[in-house]
Amino acid sequence: MAKRIMTVDDSASIRQMVGFTLRQAGYDVVEAADGKDALSKLDGSPVHMVITDLNMPNLDGIGLIKSVRSHASYKFIPIVMLTTESQESKKLEGKQAGATGWIVKPFKAEQLVAITKKVLG
Amino acid sequence: MNDKHVEVFREEAYELLSDLEGSLLELEEAPEDADLIGKVFRVMHTIKGSGAMFGFDDIAAFTHEIENVYDRVRSGQILVSKQLISLTLEARDAIKSMLDSPGEAPPGRAVEEIVAAFKHIGTAEREGTESLPVGPSPSVGVSPSPPDETDSITYRIRFKPAPGIFLTGTNLLPLLDELRELGDCVMTAHFNQVPDLDAIDAEHCYLWWDIVLTTDRGIDAIKNVFIFVEDQAEISIQPVERDSRLILPGSTYKRIGEILVERGDASHEDVQQALKEKKYIGQMLVEKGIVTPEKVESALVEQQHLRKIREKAQSKEESISSLRVSSEKLDILVNLVGELVTAQARLTQAASVLANNDLTSIAEEIESLTAELRDNTLSIRMLPIGSTFARFKRLIRDLSAELGKEIEMNTEGAETELDKTVIEKLNDPLVHLIRNCVDHGIETPDERSSLGKPRTGAIHLSALHSGAHVVIEIKDDGKGLDREAILSKAIEKGLAVPGGEVHDRDVFNFIFTAGFSTAKQVTNISGRGVGMDVVKKTIDALGGSIEIASEPGRGTTVTIQLPLTLAIVDGLLVRIADAHFVLPLSIVEECVELTREDVNKAHGRNMANIRGEIVPYIKLRDEFRIPGGSPPIEQIVVTGVSGERVGFVVDDVVGEHQTVIKNLGKVYRNSDTVSGATILGDGSVALIVDALKLIGNAQSREGIL
Repeated sequence: MAKRIMTVDDSASIRQMVGFTLRQAGYDVVEAADGKDALSKLDGSPVHMVITDLNMPNLDGIGLIKSVRSHASYKFIPIVMLTTESQESKKLEGKQAGATGWIVKPFKAEQLVAITKKVLG
Repeated sequence: MNDKHVEVFREEAYELLSDLEGSLLELEEAPEDADLIGKVFRVMHTIKGSGAMFGFDDIAAFTHEIENVYDRVRSGQILVSKQLISLTLEARDAIKSMLDSPGEAPPGRAVEEIVAAFKHIGTAEREGTESLPVGPSPSVGVSPSPPDETDSITYRIRFKPAPGIFLTGTNLLPLLDELRELGDCVMTAHFNQVPDLDAIDAEHCYLWWDIVLTTDRGIDAIKNVFIFVEDQAEISIQPVERDSRLILPGSTYKRIGEILVERGDASHEDVQQALKEKKYIGQMLVEKGIVTPEKVESALVEQQHLRKIREKAQSKEESISSLRVSSEKLDILVNLVGELVTAQARLTQAASVLANNDLTSIAEEIESLTAELRDNTLSIRMLPIGSTFARFKRLIRDLSAELGKEIEMNTEGAETELDKTVIEKLNDPLVHLIRNCVDHGIETPDERSSLGKPRTGAIHLSALHSGAHVVIEIKDDGKGLDREAILSKAIEKGLAVPGGEVHDRDVFNFIFTAGFSTAKQVTNISGRGVGMDVVKKTIDALGGSIEIASEPGRGTTVTIQLPLTLAIVDGLLVRIADAHFVLPLSIVEECVELTREDVNKAHGRNMANIRGEIVPYIKLRDEFRIPGGSPPIEQIVVTGVSGERVGFVVDDVVGEHQTVIKNLGKVYRNSDTVSGATILGDGSVALIVDALKLIGNAQSREGIL
């Protein structure tokens, strides 16, 4: 069965790009518009990995990571955050919150797939 | 990178450079020709792009600068000047020498100076035309040459993840797999930090690893694997050994003690202390409680890994290496195989006489082994003709530049293999023929365009296997041979009779006569009437044939047919009275009977009617003056040579024979109808008939054809 990945971003175009790339690579993709939306979709159904933006309305990436890590079903799933070069401190914060890795924007499709393979195996 | 690909790139680059030279000179005449500027730009662009791909980084970096300048020339920011043209020509030469000898500094002005001069042109123009938009200054592509990527280095990696690492969603299994993908890798997991069962927190990581990895990807690739976990783990990466292939086979491996000290698991003193007790060092250090058994185990693993890598490197070295053997040794081997083939023939014959089943089966086995050995031995001397072809490319380019002609050469069948000795002897004749094409065949660009032909002439060089022969064809699309001029010259020299009807092929064959030239003007390349006769002689000596076909205004085709090898051929053994002869099997088409009746019907002419076709024949009995009368039914061996069918009449056809060609002694030097001799199974000698010569002699005797 294909592994399911959730992409969380308030920008529809990023969600689309991430979704398209990962589906091409053979993964199932669930999209969520922000942290809150994401949590509501993490209802116990299998999600094997989360790729999340950091700056989002309602619940931002850091908040999402912390919530996911406290959720028994998703405690150990890899979470990859999307950062920009200027967000060094945010990255650190994300790591402390329990992010597995990060991807620096802008990124190419193959980088995304490589990182996904790296953390998801 | 595959050498073949590099070679292709190099050839392509040479071609581009030669085009470039032409374009630059034209550009000098017409400095505003946008097409030419575009052409120069594209050449630089292509060389830069493929140069980088094929590892010519210096060329790529250098070309990049020129490309930048020409980009601005293209957009009108820089005007073409004489200075720019000469500078570019200089750069062209520099690129060429970089291609010729990669890694060496080109002669003449240093590359840096040329680059600086180009930059100067760029800035000078920029200052002068300030109103024009200025593009972003190009980032210089000169980068330090990357480390030699083929260097394999063995690293010792100690990876101790923090207990809480799982809480960041990290899965260690894909991480370790990623390491394995980098190269040969041995991992030792350490369990010594796993607590007792009641103290275990299932969500914690208690394991740590010692990893020995041999990789050619460099330390950065390893660091990349750990990039997400570097702040949640203790990671140390140490190079242990440089490229294992560089280590001499005899050098010693690191001792366990050394490895433990290097890893920081034991101190130097501890090891020295333990060594004094003359037991296994690991065992002793464990006993003393300095290191854990696992650590010793892990060190042992490293030692074994290195040993394995070294062995692998060495065996790899052996398996890919080829052996250079002097061709003399090969010739001796070929001769010995020849002797063996002869001895085997005797064995087969003896076995058939003795009619002993056991002996026959051995003889058959030896026969098949010998045939295999023969083919293998001969194939050792086979070389692809491609290397010779590549040389001609250069020759054509140089010659055409000298003569102001534009010629494109393409080749086909470069992989066709020929005996080394044949290839070597073939070089000079081919050079001569190609010179002829360039000098006499292909017209000047202006002539060509006035004739409605493309300005660029074409020379096509091809080689292909055809039975036991290799056919080499040199074809040009030039003006062709001047039939009338050759004929009148031939008449002048008394080679032909005026007014007679002469076949095209025979007209063209006149040019193989020594001292024959119709050239009105002798150039320093060819036209002295020396050469074609030598070409023919060389080809004849190789046992081959040469033929010319030509169509006025359309071009000339020279076809050379050569035997694959000069040492052993398949022959057809025939008998006349008690004498045996061998005809090369490759030219034999069929064997038919010749009865008295047939002979009588032909009314004294040596012609046979084979299925309605009239085939002339030569009686070998008469030819070699063998006494005695012919048997009532003779055999005609019909041969096909250059499209003609000619029969040879013999008493009997014995069968196929692996013919080891032996040269005849000096006494027989003048016998031209026999090309050699071979030894038969019963020890007697059979002469090898030179069919071509016999046919030629018969023709001239009869005054026909």
